Amino acid sequence: MSFALKDDRSEKDIFAHRAILASVFVLFLMLVLAGRMYYLQVIKHDVYATKSDNNRVQLQSVAPIRGLIFDRNGVLLAENLPSHSLTVVIERVKDLDHTLALIDTLVGLTDDEKESFTKRVNQWRRPYEAIPIKYKLSETAIAKLMVNNPFLKGVQVEAELIRHYPQGADFAHVLGYVGQINEREKKRLDPSRYKATRRIGKIGVERYYEDLLHGQPGYQKVETNAQGRVLKVLERQSPLPGRNLILNIDSVLQKKAYDAFNGRRGSLVAMDPKTGGILAMVSSPSFDPNLFVNGISHNKYNSLRDSLDKPLFDRATRGQYPPGSTMKPFIGLGFLESGVTDWAERIDDPGWYMLENDERVYRDWKRTGHGHEIGLRQAIIQSCDTFFYEMSFRTGIDFLNPFLQKFGFGKNTSLDVGNALPALLPTREWKKANRGRSWYAGDTLNLALGQGYMLATPLQLATAMNVFAAKGKWHRAKLVQFIDGEPLLEETKPDDIIIKNPDDWGRMGLAMEGVIKHYLGTARALGRDLNYRLAAKTGTAQVVGIKQNEEYDSEALKERQRDHALFVSYAPVEDPTIAVAVVVENGESAGKTAGPIAKKVIDEFLNNASVDASLGGRYGW
Amino acid sequence: MAGDFSRQLDLGGTSSKSIFQKLHLDGKLLGLLLLLSLGGLFILYSASGQNMAMVYRQAVYLGLGFTLMLIIAQFHPRWFLIAAPWMYGVGVIALLLVILVGVGAKGAQRWLSVFGVFRFQPSEIMKLVVPMTMAWFLASRLMPPKLNVIAISMVIIFVPTLLVMKQPDLGTSLLIAASGLFVLLLGGLSARWIVIALVTILAIAPVMWYGVMHDYQKQRVLTFLDPESDPLGSGWNIIQSKTAIGSGGLEGKGWMQGTQSQLEFLPERHTDFIIAVFAEEHGLIGVFLLLCLYLAIVVRGLFMAARARDSFSRLLGGALVVTFFIYVFVNIGMVSGILPVVGVPLPLISYGGTSIVTLMAAFGVIMSVYSHRQM
Repeated sequence: MSFALKDDRSEKDIFAHRAILASVFVLFLMLVLAGRMYYLQVIKHDVYATKSDNNRVQLQSVAPIRGLIFDRNGVLLAENLPSHSLTVVIERVKDLDHTLALIDTLVGLTDDEKESFTKRVNQWRRPYEAIPIKYKLSETAIAKLMVNNPFLKGVQVEAELIRHYPQGADFAHVLGYVGQINEREKKRLDPSRYKATRRIGKIGVERYYEDLLHGQPGYQKVETNAQGRVLKVLERQSPLPGRNLILNIDSVLQKKAYDAFNGRRGSLVAMDPKTGGILAMVSSPSFDPNLFVNGISHNKYNSLRDSLDKPLFDRATRGQYPPGSTMKPFIGLGFLESGVTDWAERIDDPGWYMLENDERVYRDWKRTGHGHEIGLRQAIIQSCDTFFYEMSFRTGIDFLNPFLQKFGFGKNTSLDVGNALPALLPTREWKKANRGRSWYAGDTLNLALGQGYMLATPLQLATAMNVFAAKGKWHRAKLVQFIDGEPLLEETKPDDIIIKNPDDWGRMGLAMEGVIKHYLGTARALGRDLNYRLAAKTGTAQVVGIKQNEEYDSEALKERQRDHALFVSYAPVEDPTIAVAVVVENGESAGKTAGPIAKKVIDEFLNNASVDASLGGRYGW
Repeated sequence: MAGDFSRQLDLGGTSSKSIFQKLHLDGKLLGLLLLLSLGGLFILYSASGQNMAMVYRQAVYLGLGFTLMLIIAQFHPRWFLIAAPWMYGVGVIALLLVILVGVGAKGAQRWLSVFGVFRFQPSEIMKLVVPMTMAWFLASRLMPPKLNVIAISMVIIFVPTLLVMKQPDLGTSLLIAASGLFVLLLGGLSARWIVIALVTILAIAPVMWYGVMHDYQKQRVLTFLDPESDPLGSGWNIIQSKTAIGSGGLEGKGWMQGTQSQLEFLPERHTDFIIAVFAEEHGLIGVFLLLCLYLAIVVRGLFMAARARDSFSRLLGGALVVTFFIYVFVNIGMVSGILPVVGVPLPLISYGGTSIVTLMAAFGVIMSVYSHRQM
């Protein structure tokens, strides 16, 4: 062995020496580590303790529960249903296509769901935001997803409350709907209130009362792990739920009215003359508002938008129609008020009327005329145009326009109907500014028949009729009756209409009853089987707007050129509790189309519902 | 001489050898190692997020490790002397094979699959074989080593070091180099050479940076120098581990109460960064106790090496002990942010079978050189 040649003793000494050196070296490095730990854990402890807390504790906003909406009898119109939705956090998914394919095989994805998911992925969004892909998961679907959880990284089943409208299409235009908050809305909204909220009222009551329905968000201090998953709630301030709304609308009446249209294009507005409460407000055809809550697919939206019947269009508040002869009771009152005529005056009606210095022949709807003894009463009952030509010529626009304004024409007088249009009550100034011409006498004649430039919405017609039925006492149209039990306040309203001879309200009402009861009445067909006194006025309006070079060969388009049928009414005549305005587009004969719809609703209201049904009417609470 | 002789006689005359002596084990070192390992299981239970299965597996690894230690302790050191050059040769070939046909993981090839049955990391074995070979080489040379001896030693050390660095595995390659160099240092390498070596390292550093190091290795160094520059990327680990350690304070947040570790802010918390979990939950007091335990093992190990029967045994034992300490220092140093992040586990506490088995094999060698001294 070669060891023998070596000096083992000295080597052992060298090693011992080096081992001691090594020990010193080790000790020194140990002290370095200990010093480092002392530095971190004692000197810098405060800094790192704060860092550690900031890491784990987060303040989260908690979305409030949206207020409920009931009809006047306590029937639920908008509720929040617990729903499980499937969400995907893109940032945590390794292979999105693979994950989507797996979800598809597990729970099935429709093309619509895939499409709107892709749309949302490509939209602006917060990083690590959970993007919904499928709503309303069944128990089975949830179970399948749970079992496959390990293969679905970044995929979560989330429970949330989703707005649901049990009455569906009946209330779509009144209630509107909530939908996903979009980028534009996000900029407008107060982030402290809407941080945790996903949906916002887009139209209708949901939009108008968004502030009250939304509620106050709460917050919670939560401990999260590095992936942001909440592990523990450390502190919680509960959100305040939104206010509950009780509408004036009677859901039975609403449904009756919507069904009465049977898919026809048109609108009905029914109001309570004593309060201005809207008892029913229908725009037909309608759509299912639930489609919009979770984001409607392109296809469905396009087919709704492009439908010739325009189901998305709210005719009741935004449909502007020439009101036609339904204006006659209001204008007739104007004649009396201006003093150009009285109930006793009679004129001849040859079936036409001509102005001096004007070659144009203004025709009565009845070519042969209504005869010799036409007074205001018969002019209402038979809807005599010649009488109105003559009297409006005598009265003039400068009196008629302000008088009609008192009934709310040309402006939006509603209290809480968002989006309602003012339509148009033409003035001299308006014509000058918009048509570049002076006001002619003929324009007044056209106005007296509710035609020419004049436009009104069904809501305006109903409001005017309502004020009329209340003998000039104004109540603004209102959808909401109570907010969390407190009555909706009407702080300002238009001045009540005071006429020189208040008896004229009643006499005009009797004339309108004649429209139903008189053998010459334009809506005499409705007079059969009436067990209450109904006052009404019919109207037709010519459809304009189809240009010469436009193609209108098809039957569908021809049908769309027929006159609109209009009908205003109130009942019972002796003490009115309901006023109704109806428009049936291309309905031609008001007495045959619009009238029966109004009658169905009034029948239902007077015969089946409690007359002054406030809260607790039909269902006794 | 006489003292030794008489003591050997005395010992030889003692009719009843203790059970440890019969098993060729040192009771004190064994006790310290058991204390460390069992304590480590408790730390792992918390660090793994109460994953009992992981603790069981670690216990099995420890069982295998202690058994291996017991087996190796039975071998007389001369077997290591004989085997060393052969093992070295086989080891270098295995490292070459890794580069040629190795199995990759995370962008590095470190594993060698044997008949597809099991996989092993030749670089781990080289941590033992390199100091063994160095001890073999120096033991038959005069101490302190001459220039030519130093030159050959460098070749012995840096061939496997560079091969491992190529895998690439910077941490392990540096540890292999260190374990070999410690043999030289313990063998009496003069201070002059140590200074020269340090100067050389400084000179080579730029070459390493531009020539040899991979981008991810450079990134680690840069991140080490300024972790805040990339707080969500590669700086995340070190920021989170420092936060864990610092927020632990003097007394710690309590076992299984560390928010940084239990809430998964701390990456690799059951492997390389386990000391951060321990420091967060048991505070500075716990860290001091753990450092004392490691210090006791190192001191006892050096003492045992110094008592060994010949130069080979002393150099081998001493180098292995110092290397063990370097693991501890590098790991705690990197987790606490005074060294760059290189993948070095905390000895006997970090989860992982390979490291435990290698370390316990090294302690088997130390047991062997100590228990076979009286021949």
